[in-house]
Amino acid sequence: MKQSAVLTALLAATLGLAARAADVPEFQLVIKNHSYTPAELKVPADTKFKLVVKNEDDTPEEFESTDFSRETVVLPNHTVVVYVGPLRAGTYGFFGDFHRDTAQGRLIVQ
Amino acid sequence: MLAVALLVFREVLEAALIISIVCAATRGVPRRGRYVFGGIGLGLAGAVLVALGADFISNLAGGAGQDIFNASVLLAAVVMIAWHVVWMSSHGRELAKEMQGVGGAVKAGSKSLSLLLTVVGLAVLREGSEIVLFLYGMAVGGIAAASLAGGIAVGVCAGAALGFALYFGLLRVPMKHFFSVTNVMLILLAAGLAAAAAGFLVQSDLLPTLGSRLWDTSGLVSDDSLIGRTLGVLVGYKAAPSGIQVGFYLCTLALLYAGMRWQQHRNS
Repeated sequence: MKQSAVLTALLAATLGLAARAADVPEFQLVIKNHSYTPAELKVPADTKFKLVVKNEDDTPEEFESTDFSRETVVLPNHTVVVYVGPLRAGTYGFFGDFHRDTAQGRLIVQ
Repeated sequence: MLAVALLVFREVLEAALIISIVCAATRGVPRRGRYVFGGIGLGLAGAVLVALGADFISNLAGGAGQDIFNASVLLAAVVMIAWHVVWMSSHGRELAKEMQGVGGAVKAGSKSLSLLLTVVGLAVLREGSEIVLFLYGMAVGGIAAASLAGGIAVGVCAGAALGFALYFGLLRVPMKHFFSVTNVMLILLAAGLAAAAAGFLVQSDLLPTLGSRLWDTSGLVSDDSLIGRTLGVLVGYKAAPSGIQVGFYLCTLALLYAGMRWQQHRNS
């Protein structure tokens, strides 16, 4: 049991490094006045991609999505990189957990 | 005020459920209260430090610092729980016997207490640091002090109330099965924390996804709902988990269960 877990972890780490080396498409999101620009972002289906989220407000925000399971704090005037997918075609919501009433957006995966 | 109350509630709920399970698992251990409050206090102090150092943490490891930090905190809690569960399985029976006997003079349990204190501290630290960053943002945004205080009070009370409900519910489990039940709950909690840790490492691309959404039960129970969040802590529920998360979950379950059985076998 333990051995197989160690092997799994090693395999996982190797795959992880290999995946990181490959080039992945990049998309930008900007948080300003507690809302996302663009509020709708088109991304390719069945492809892993990189979301670069920039917070231009002077308050922290948490970029979050329950639809595609991501959660990361973006400090004021900071940029974070979040890897997403591969996702099947469809619409996936995301939001800013610290300003849910205004910070809403969605990914159009096609 | 509502926005503050809701966010504080969501974060407090998760920590409160973990604290309740830990409290149940250390039932009858002397000076337990002091340890639990100590854990909460250290966790709160840690939360403020983490929030203050958020800039530093997020810049570590080429920007992956935040995810690595979160994953490390979660995995540290998993290790503590594993240690406790394996250790308890060799002493649980005598613990239960002694408790029914002489008014619960259980010295044995205090060994494991500091492990579980750490779990409480880590849970409070993780959820607390988010609350601190959020409240900082609200304060900068110029929210009225009364709404801020009111929101915090409502959120903390509501979250703690659900934690207490779980704790008193667990106390109704008959003594004969009590520590078996708390051990199972700890194992499920640990498996869920391990899966969450994998999620953080995936979003920094430090682990492969191995299938990004193996299934989707969000139509049934969404991760964002109250039930979804509660189950998320208690059994590691995730509406649409990735393959690596399922792998981490199952490996943790298997390892902890095997460790527990191995100890029981050694002691029988």
